Amino acid sequence: MSLDSMSQIFEEMERSGLQFWEVVLASDMEERQVTRAESIAKMLTVWRAMQDAADSYTGRSRSVSGLVGGDGMKMRQYSIRGQAMSGGYVSEVIAEALSMAESNACMRRIVAAPTAGACGVLPAVLLPLCKYEELTQHQILEALYVASGIGSVIAYRAGISGAAGGCQAEIGSAAAMAAGALVALRRGTKEQIGHAVAMALKNLMGLACDPVAGLVEVPCVKRNVIGAVDAVSAADMALAGVESRIPVDEVIDAMGEVGRRLPVELRETALGGLAATPTGRAVKKRLHGPRPE
Amino acid sequence: MNIFDILGPVMVGPSSSHTAGAARIGAMARTLLGEEPAEAKLHLHGSFAESGPGHGTDRALVAGLLGMKPDDLRIPNAFAEAEKAGLSYAFDTVDLRDAHPNTVVIEVTGRSGRTLELQASSVGGGRILVTKVDGVDVGFTGEYNTLIIRNQDENGVVAAVTTILNQLRINVANMSLCRSRRGGSALMVIETDQHIKPHQVSFMSDLEGILSVIYYDKEEEDDVSGFDESNL
Repeated sequence: MSLDSMSQIFEEMERSGLQFWEVVLASDMEERQVTRAESIAKMLTVWRAMQDAADSYTGRSRSVSGLVGGDGMKMRQYSIRGQAMSGGYVSEVIAEALSMAESNACMRRIVAAPTAGACGVLPAVLLPLCKYEELTQHQILEALYVASGIGSVIAYRAGISGAAGGCQAEIGSAAAMAAGALVALRRGTKEQIGHAVAMALKNLMGLACDPVAGLVEVPCVKRNVIGAVDAVSAADMALAGVESRIPVDEVIDAMGEVGRRLPVELRETALGGLAATPTGRAVKKRLHGPRPE
Repeated sequence: MNIFDILGPVMVGPSSSHTAGAARIGAMARTLLGEEPAEAKLHLHGSFAESGPGHGTDRALVAGLLGMKPDDLRIPNAFAEAEKAGLSYAFDTVDLRDAHPNTVVIEVTGRSGRTLELQASSVGGGRILVTKVDGVDVGFTGEYNTLIIRNQDENGVVAAVTTILNQLRINVANMSLCRSRRGGSALMVIETDQHIKPHQVSFMSDLEGILSVIYYDKEEEDDVSGFDESNL
């Protein structure tokens, strides 16, 4: 089956008795004409690539523009010193989101999830959790299937590119994927997965894509942090029994609609928002040299 | 789009369209040239021209021409790698009408003097669309195994090719045919579900009316013979 709506996945779970991740796995086997082993082995390479990206972060790389680099390490040291108000897990989530997004800006190897600009969100919530909870590699891969299924539905219904839908479509979608993955890891119900996705997406709705000088650096790196923290809070709310009053597929459609209504200046064109501030313009001028208007 | 377009590609940053897609376009030019490239002229259009250096688009294109995949950690050093490999390159900007914002035209010359001109766009998430080969309109993505056949514009050539594909039990997924002028040469692009073996490709190039055959083999699935799910 194609992954066109969350409710379709839920119905398939009821009909077949499969778990969320198994429905997504079956869909991949059908779509790409691969075996179960081929699909899961490929998902394992995705997870290993995320781990490698995290392990190879040193904090010493700088982006081409010089605007980005080193903040993940600052946050990590602050977290290790036990100074973080947000506590152990969440402060590590923040550090990991910064590190991964910086690695992307510095031309290191990452996994687009769902985009390169939002690559920090999903690994940021999963990698630190492995330290705090007993998780098998299989459980992590199951969570990645859940995340990819949610991302597929959002891509189909609303879109996942900043150019089409603003940052809400990139960081917002990543947060929704991560929130659903976390609920699945905690063995939440399918309804709780749906509520977590809906809440994560709702809470970033309308977010503009306004990259300074058109680069995936400012504000993109730090937006990965709000995506990751949004995901953790949405998952915790859903697991606590908090429900989204608007059903998840309707929230996804609303995100798509908001994206289409965003002015083009706020959709990756670097013509509005932070990119159009005096400082943002000055950065662009420095990088590109003076240009006739 | 499949779930590994959502969780993936595994790539060198910072942008799936401006970096990963650019590397794929470079690699496509190399494959279609069919030999080691010696010289390349790259004409950047739209957003590729605007934001190129900051996104590493220029380095990713050269990396692709050198045969690197989008996850190759040498992409940031592609210019130095090109020097080592004896590839000279030059960039300029171009204004193409009605082209996707992320478009490049690559003129590439191989070691033996063979040339190819390719126009391709990076259409999002690292996926690409080749829109022109040697000035002839085409439309293929590299997501399928692809035959690019230059043939005489005459009766029976298309039938001869599809008959062979049928005999080889190779299913055609998409197919297009475009000619420059009546009785001149035409370009056939055939996307197939199955892989085509090198000797089958050379058999097709020997057919009457066929001027040249280029074959692009899509990325193989990883070998999973040693994979055991119960070890996870």
